[in-house]
Amino acid sequence: MSLELVLFFVLAAIAIATAVGMLISRSTVYAALHLVVNFVSVAIFYLLLDAPFIALSQVAVYAGAIMVLFLFVIMLLGLENIAGELEWKKLLWPLVMAGILLVEGVFLVLQRIGQNVYVGTTGTALSDPSLMARVLFTDYMLPFQVTAVLLLVAMIGAIVLSKPEKKSATPLKPDGAKEA
Amino acid sequence: MDWWLVLEWLIKSVVLVLILLTGFAYLTLFERRVLAFMQVRIGPNRAGWQGLLQPIADAVKLIFKEELTPGSVIQPIFALAPIITVVPAVVIAAIVPWGPDVEMFGRTIKLSVADINLGTLYIAAVASIAVYGIVLAGWSSNNKYAMMGGMRSSAQVISYELSLALCFVLVTVLAGSMHAAEIVEAQRDVWFIFIQPVGGIIFLVATLAEVNRAPFDMPEAEQELTAGYHSEYAGMKFALFFMAEYIKMIAISAIAAMLFFGGYREFPLLANTWFSVDVNWWLGPIYMFAKVLVLLFFMVWIRATLPRMRYDRLMSFGWKVMLPLALALVFVTAVGILADLLWIIPVLSLAIGFVFVMLINRSLTMKAKRR
Repeated sequence: MSLELVLFFVLAAIAIATAVGMLISRSTVYAALHLVVNFVSVAIFYLLLDAPFIALSQVAVYAGAIMVLFLFVIMLLGLENIAGELEWKKLLWPLVMAGILLVEGVFLVLQRIGQNVYVGTTGTALSDPSLMARVLFTDYMLPFQVTAVLLLVAMIGAIVLSKPEKKSATPLKPDGAKEA
Repeated sequence: MDWWLVLEWLIKSVVLVLILLTGFAYLTLFERRVLAFMQVRIGPNRAGWQGLLQPIADAVKLIFKEELTPGSVIQPIFALAPIITVVPAVVIAAIVPWGPDVEMFGRTIKLSVADINLGTLYIAAVASIAVYGIVLAGWSSNNKYAMMGGMRSSAQVISYELSLALCFVLVTVLAGSMHAAEIVEAQRDVWFIFIQPVGGIIFLVATLAEVNRAPFDMPEAEQELTAGYHSEYAGMKFALFFMAEYIKMIAISAIAAMLFFGGYREFPLLANTWFSVDVNWWLGPIYMFAKVLVLLFFMVWIRATLPRMRYDRLMSFGWKVMLPLALALVFVTAVGILADLLWIIPVLSLAIGFVFVMLINRSLTMKAKRR
């Protein structure tokens, strides 16, 4: 067994364990921490696949920015413990949807078992930032710009939603709370 | 697998960690002596010649201190938080090159622990996860002051990380590479601080916020939050937080030297002389040490000079001044590189920086008048 295979199985075990841990944790802080470990182990998967750029972006964006924001919000609003029992009736539709996605995912995995994975030239593009940038800004220009517009829309939406109504007499929050 | 390579990495890692740890110990002494000098005091000078044994005395004291753990803390996060804080601080300096390639024992040895072609991205990634230790320490202490400190820290790091990342973009665009050694070599003729002076200043300010140093030390503002996120820690655990902060200072200074001050390279005017790194490779680490020392002195100087910023001002400074300014600088730099006019970058960025300073000045005077 090669070193990479050992690493893969150890990482896979960690990734699955932390994903399950995130789902079943009673405390939201622990759930968030499980997710952080999960993100980092996925980043190491990317490293094993010779894609260090995506690995480091994964750490910087997901583990570094988004999860810090999650933790910040959890602590700011004091939501450490989820109160109350699960209401299964409300969860019906999400469960059905998740079930469909799961079946789809398992089907795709089963379909691809035994097939050779074609990595081709993208392997070098994924490790060299300048090559990657060239591919991103030529071949994938349209998806890139669509993503940018999508993010801009989300940002504007967040600003509109968080804007305090003028009629209410509540004092303005400090800037930190507003912008985070 | 090449075992010699593993041995080489092992030796370089151990040397780097040793440098950082001794550096931490003596940085505390350096800071206290420099602060004392600026405040017209003497500072610690009893233990050893000029107080040189003071760090050892401090370490012995901290080791023998009783380690008190309050009963209300949330374990095991409380015990893990100091470790989570120290690890990113130590590993972030791994990509910084301390000198040019060296021919030794028939092999080419690179004087950096990790020689990867995504250097600036690596720094951004590690810097962004460095905040976890502080946030978790604040939360697991189960104490409102500690919690406030942790939350302030996370908000501050998220806000200033953006300007920091844009400064990495500036350097990456100027050097045409994310590779640490290539960034340093690109500064052979002129340091990036001369091409992009405003970017260098933004970088220094953002790093001060990132490592929670004065005037951005809101997370541990003792007048408001007792000691912030490490209020409940004692003994060695407290020492670990202390250590992380000072190691981060050293690492950040080394990174700033690498990105804007020519790294291990000599001053551009000294090229082709005996003082050039190309002639004597061993001058590289010495130059690096000197630059790091100057930047550390600068940090201590700022601490001695500037009062702490108010929290809301700190946030609006990060979002309303630093971020737009850094974005404008990225634009200017890209235009300068595209048009192949290097001289236009410092001129335009200084002009933009001046406009920003005038705007801040105006808004502050308006506020003062309204009052």
